[in-house]
Amino acid sequence: MSNRVFAAVAFAIALAIVAASKLIANDYFFSAAYTVLQFVILATAWNILGGYTGYVNFGSAAFFATGAYTTVFLVKAYHPPLPVSIVAGTLVAGLLGLVLGYLTLRLRGVFFAIATLALAVVLFTFVVNWDYVGGARGAYVLQPREVPLGFPRYIHLLYSTMVLMTALALVVARAIETSTVGRGLAAIRDDELAAECAGVPTLRLKIFSATVSGALMGMAGTPFPYYLSYIEPSAAFNLSYAVNSIAMPLIGGMMSWLGPVIGAVLLGTVQQLVQVTISSAWNLLIVGVLLVLFVTLAPNGLMGWVEAWRRRHPSRPRTRGRRDTQAKDAGFPPSRE
Amino acid sequence: MDFSTALVLNAIIAGLLLGGFYAAVSVGISISFGMLDVVNIAHPAFIILGSYIAYIVNDRMGLDPIVVSVVLSPLFFAFGMLLYRIYYLCFEKRGQESLRGLAFFFGILFITEVLLLLVFGVDYRMVQTRYSETTWRLGVVDFPLRLAVPFLVSVVMVVSVQLLLTHSFFGRAVLAVAQDQLALRLMGVNPVKIKERAFALSIATAGVAGAFLIVIQPVQPAIGREFIGLVFAVCVLGGMGSIWGTLLGAFVLGLAESFTSTFFGPSWSPAVSFGLLLATLALKPAGLLGR
Repeated sequence: MSNRVFAAVAFAIALAIVAASKLIANDYFFSAAYTVLQFVILATAWNILGGYTGYVNFGSAAFFATGAYTTVFLVKAYHPPLPVSIVAGTLVAGLLGLVLGYLTLRLRGVFFAIATLALAVVLFTFVVNWDYVGGARGAYVLQPREVPLGFPRYIHLLYSTMVLMTALALVVARAIETSTVGRGLAAIRDDELAAECAGVPTLRLKIFSATVSGALMGMAGTPFPYYLSYIEPSAAFNLSYAVNSIAMPLIGGMMSWLGPVIGAVLLGTVQQLVQVTISSAWNLLIVGVLLVLFVTLAPNGLMGWVEAWRRRHPSRPRTRGRRDTQAKDAGFPPSRE
Repeated sequence: MDFSTALVLNAIIAGLLLGGFYAAVSVGISISFGMLDVVNIAHPAFIILGSYIAYIVNDRMGLDPIVVSVVLSPLFFAFGMLLYRIYYLCFEKRGQESLRGLAFFFGILFITEVLLLLVFGVDYRMVQTRYSETTWRLGVVDFPLRLAVPFLVSVVMVVSVQLLLTHSFFGRAVLAVAQDQLALRLMGVNPVKIKERAFALSIATAGVAGAFLIVIQPVQPAIGREFIGLVFAVCVLGGMGSIWGTLLGAFVLGLAESFTSTFFGPSWSPAVSFGLLLATLALKPAGLLGR
């Protein structure tokens, strides 16, 4: 499937989902689905840098909060419509990824990881001390009373926005994965020195991937203040965003765009259930334990199992690709490009 | 004028005392990250764990937290050996430490934090010692014993780690692991065993540093995160794998934080370590005393 066809199909499905959801009367569904989709975007974005390029980002929460607080700032200053906040938040978070990548991606990979960890703490400190966006007290971002486009309630609009943004994130991730850029990123992941020697512009590609990844995380955060109506630093910078966006691709499988989606939908749904039935502290514990179990026992995630099963049953149509691309092609039909 | 001199003097003393404590917090990272190349980002979580163990014993039996932590350090040592075993078998042996190993330690950090949260809740806990309320005064300068006692013990600890590393067979083997594992193998030493013990030593220092932490300030499960940036900043600033560098880096960071909180307010101090870390990475990645 070419990327254009994939994009058309993805957006068609997204619109169909939005249209079909109008039949659902239960407001809780929209709220829960919003959270799960938010995790799909975060996991997909994390995977562009983590899964494709092999660089760990522990600061998903920082990028997410950058998007959210861009919205807060804009709402306080200009009251722009939601799409403007989304675009602005995406750009600011992308810029953050660019700067952080430029400063630390030239060094050993682990320094980038440490810098992202520290980034979350510092941005948190910064926001807590910044009174204009509410500081430590937090800020109210009220949902507009009139809902545009004929949606019955504002949460329906936010949910629909999230569906479309998810489609966009998946299209971007798949486009990167199947392009020359994606092959360059995979080369960096497998052996950076060899890639550099073969003429892959490693630094430029790494910074590109950090920028796109950061921008998508920021995009996921932009509607968040509207979703909660009230935002405070510890909600936006919650460590659970960081741990979830790492755990989800690892559990689903990091080699293709589908892995993070599977991981996010599974883990996101489980968390919604646990949060309602038991408590939110327990659901964090579950995510942590699953992360450690998968990373030690099933390092290629669920998609890795699918691929291993396929290799043991060669009667099934084999996907294209050599051994070194492994699970990369598992899960979607052979490509025609 | 007199007032500001006193303020500056007190900021310097507080910074140095704090720096001594930071050295104890970071010396473990200097060993595991600087020498063994094991990026243990869960180190701060073990420090908090040490704080809570010291707290329980102090609360139930009224024993001094620092003495308790030193007596219990073999427990942390054993735990460190176990943790390195798992890490080695699952990641280092398969060559997956760069991404999955990091994710593993992140998961451990998270689990430790959430477990402490579930058991102890979000309340701040503190300990009672005979010296925590006492402050010595020399002219205009204050020496709160709550800071000075951990300072002394931690400097002793860091210096003994340095002496152990340079004056014993084990220590030299650790330094050799950092330089050339193959050569070490040719000398008939198993680098995995050496790394296992050195890593265990780093976790043991985390346990003791945890007791210092709870003597200095009240502890809550989530404050471990603030130390992640700090320990790596100290380690990189001082120069990877250099214990003297760690001591120096810790004093620099302590002074920087003390001045920031004296002149700009304490709510800004978490940003200092990150700023120093970024500046070091951008300007002098080898650190102050790096090779």
